[in-house]
Amino acid sequence: MSAATGIARVGRRALPRGSTLSVGIAILAGWLLLALLCPWIAPYDPIAQDADATLLPPHAAHLFGTDNFGRDLLSRVLWGARVDLQMCVVGVAFPFVFGTVIGAVSGYVGGVLDTLLMRLIDIVLAFPFLVLMLAIITILGPGLGSFYIAMALVGWVSYARLVRAQVLTLKQRGFVVAARSLGYRRGRILFLHLLPNALTSSIVFAMSDCVLVLLSGASVSYLGLGVQPPTAEWGVMVAEGQGFITTAWWITTFPGFAIVVLATGFSFVADGLGDRLGARP
Amino acid sequence: MTLLHVRDLTIEDRAGAALVDGVSLSMRAGEILGLVGESGSGKTITCRALMRLLPGQGLAIRGGEIRFDGADVLAYSEAQMRAVRGRHIGMIFQNPASHMNPVMTVGRQIAEGRRLHFGASRREARGHAVELLRQVGIPDPARRVDHYPHEFSGGMLQRAMIAVALACEPRLLIADEPTTALDVTVQMQILRLLQDLRDRLGLAVIFITHDLGVVAQTCDRIAVMYAGRLCESGGKRDVLAAPLHPYTQGLIDCQPSSEGGVGPMPTILGQPPVASRFPAGCRFHPRCGHATAQCEAGQPSMRMAAGADGHSVACHHAADRPRAVTRPDRDAIASA
Amino acid sequence: MTYAVSGGFGFGRRHVRAVDGVSLRIGAGEAWGLVGESGSGKSTLGRAMLGLEKASAGRVRFEGRSVTDGLPSDIAALRARTAMIFQDPYASLNPRQSVGECIAEVLRVHAKVPASTVTARVNELLVRVGLSAEHASRRPQALSGGQCQRVGIARALAVEPRLIVADECVAALDVSIQAQIVNLLMDLHRRMGLAILFIAHDLAVVRRICDRVAVMYLGRIVETGPTQAIFERPMHPYTAALIGAIPEIDPDRPLPTDALGGEPPSPMSVPAGCAFHPRCGQARPECRHGPAPAFRHRGDRAFACVLHDHDDDELSPHRDRRSVAT
Repeated sequence: MSAATGIARVGRRALPRGSTLSVGIAILAGWLLLALLCPWIAPYDPIAQDADATLLPPHAAHLFGTDNFGRDLLSRVLWGARVDLQMCVVGVAFPFVFGTVIGAVSGYVGGVLDTLLMRLIDIVLAFPFLVLMLAIITILGPGLGSFYIAMALVGWVSYARLVRAQVLTLKQRGFVVAARSLGYRRGRILFLHLLPNALTSSIVFAMSDCVLVLLSGASVSYLGLGVQPPTAEWGVMVAEGQGFITTAWWITTFPGFAIVVLATGFSFVADGLGDRLGARP
Repeated sequence: MTLLHVRDLTIEDRAGAALVDGVSLSMRAGEILGLVGESGSGKTITCRALMRLLPGQGLAIRGGEIRFDGADVLAYSEAQMRAVRGRHIGMIFQNPASHMNPVMTVGRQIAEGRRLHFGASRREARGHAVELLRQVGIPDPARRVDHYPHEFSGGMLQRAMIAVALACEPRLLIADEPTTALDVTVQMQILRLLQDLRDRLGLAVIFITHDLGVVAQTCDRIAVMYAGRLCESGGKRDVLAAPLHPYTQGLIDCQPSSEGGVGPMPTILGQPPVASRFPAGCRFHPRCGHATAQCEAGQPSMRMAAGADGHSVACHHAADRPRAVTRPDRDAIASA
Repeated sequence: MTYAVSGGFGFGRRHVRAVDGVSLRIGAGEAWGLVGESGSGKSTLGRAMLGLEKASAGRVRFEGRSVTDGLPSDIAALRARTAMIFQDPYASLNPRQSVGECIAEVLRVHAKVPASTVTARVNELLVRVGLSAEHASRRPQALSGGQCQRVGIARALAVEPRLIVADECVAALDVSIQAQIVNLLMDLHRRMGLAILFIAHDLAVVRRICDRVAVMYLGRIVETGPTQAIFERPMHPYTAALIGAIPEIDPDRPLPTDALGGEPPSPMSVPAGCAFHPRCGQARPECRHGPAPAFRHRGDRAFACVLHDHDDDELSPHRDRRSVAT
């Protein structure tokens, strides 16, 4: 999470007090709008090749220039926003849901179940994050679907630990004891009383986790295990442009810049939400 | 001799709400002053201002004067102020467990101030710490001096915190609800310790509390605060036996007596206002049974009550009403 | 109809006995006070009576059904007829629920009223505890401590309980608000015939509210009896000391010179014999060892102390200094 907090720290210094949340939301909303509107606003087909217009530097007809297949980079960056945003949302949603439920049940029920789940988490955490991801994707075969599955299998542990710790403290709080004294069932107490209160820090964490997912998605694609060419995805584009970095800087620069801006948006939102909701990521 | 003199102290928050508004207090050496009020009355903030340690952000002293031992505290530089804190004014808190360093022995925490302000050697300071622990009534002080805070019970830790505060022989001790978290039996012991220290060391004590029962038994003088303003002050006997402010009267009435009484207890209607919505005029008027149009319109100033030494009250109608006799129910039982 | 708690409890790990061999019988519509210093086990006992804490031995019976056997049907019956009010008014309400939702949830879970009249009933309950219907949409954070405690009481009343356990429910409130809440509880007790177990360290409040009092010390009940009798003539030296330590608003009464010394020992190392003997001014040699003194009944009172073999053992709770004042 060092990338996310690092960006947020820069933002804190540069932006006026309390505005990180709104700036972050504006960035995310901007990208969402561009992703939704790209069939209309993208000037070219993102995968259409033009042998006559390869490796053109940025100019009036191609604002971001073209790549070695003559594809318009502006269109590719815009279409890539769709894939990358989807990657963030889906890549975070599964770990978030699994991790939260597992953590909540584990913390609330306790006992043997809790011990077993915590050992399982220890095992998952014993492996380096990216290595474990790559191993799972390699077994399942390259592709976005494998990436999501790998993300869900590896990413839930952070949420589970976070929510479990929250539930353990909340369990002792007066309103939970009060709910027991009123004869509510365990499921009701856990999901209607405990979880909404435990969710705050989990949501903040999910926002900063989006940055991690975005970067690891890009890394996985870069290594050829994620999104497959010719689909426009920022990580893939950076990888493809690598060979031309000295002759055509624009191929890697624009998608790379897009990654940084989106990541900044997420980390600002995480930071701002953390301040607003009183939970630090 | 006047040790502490506070005049028209006003403290505002960032939004400009006066959390403490025109408070004046005066204390002699060897006196115990009970500063009474509910939560949000500004009693803690007032005392923090004496040490120029305002809690929270954005609070600032906007006016008034604080004179400690004749010197103007508000004119002090931060460095001069540091020499006053701990050295001349000590402070103890409601929850000793959270106000003492858990990873330092109690003895070192007592010795710290001594070494800082007096330049005492390690050995001297330690010997002094043992002596102080003995003075505050901790058994086996030579052994306890090396213990950590978690090895003390609540009452013993409160004694240890008093020893920390006394290490530099301050002339004024600010005690912020020091017995609220303790059991009644232990509370009694701490109150007696404070009285005893006053008698032996000539210490002046400001005792912040919400419990008039505690005040009645320990203090010499009482100041009652409501919503950031002083509403009544005077000698203990004057204020408790013949309160002039309806709020003081109400506070006395609504505290149950151990001597019984039947039926519903007298109450003060409503609840204390929050700082951002202090009412205009007399701040107590929405809860007061005697309020008139005058109370809504204008803020009463502190006025000396006739015939009583230093007993003053901020109420428009203090003179109109006969001086009340407190506790009709209790007197009825006593005479029955 | 009686609510009875009998037998012995011992709780927790490492053989810490928070509550030890306690028997208490609460009759319908009675107001009981349970007093003692911190660590005396009074809250633990209150929770055990509502099945919120497991008893390792002994039995709690409520309206003839055993609570301690852990049968879901028995627990459900208990929960439908009892409620608890807590010390911290903010912490005991879910910060994410509005006041109305919080009370409505009780009504729905226990199916107290038809769904169509839930809102009306919520408003009725709010008015009953001195709030108004407009408070239903507020969150606990937007209310003062006293108002939150009123919500807590309304929620307890929504169960339509026969017994309410109030655990230090005014200790965290401002002085001027305490009396309001105490009056509300007294009113409910009188008008609805509610049985109340009022757990408190403030004896003056207990004297005002309760018909009967039980005094606990280190997990054991050391004295029970009618409030009036106990306050006027305590039989156990500990009760006398507690009564003597009540701070009274009387400028002419100095601090008692014979206040109780020491602090309650930890429940992990309860002294042999009578647990109170190290702090007791009237301890006799036989108090220092052997089993704890047996509970002795005298009329409708009972106490666990070796004193009062003869009637000349007089314990004064220091209430006679008043005459000196005037």
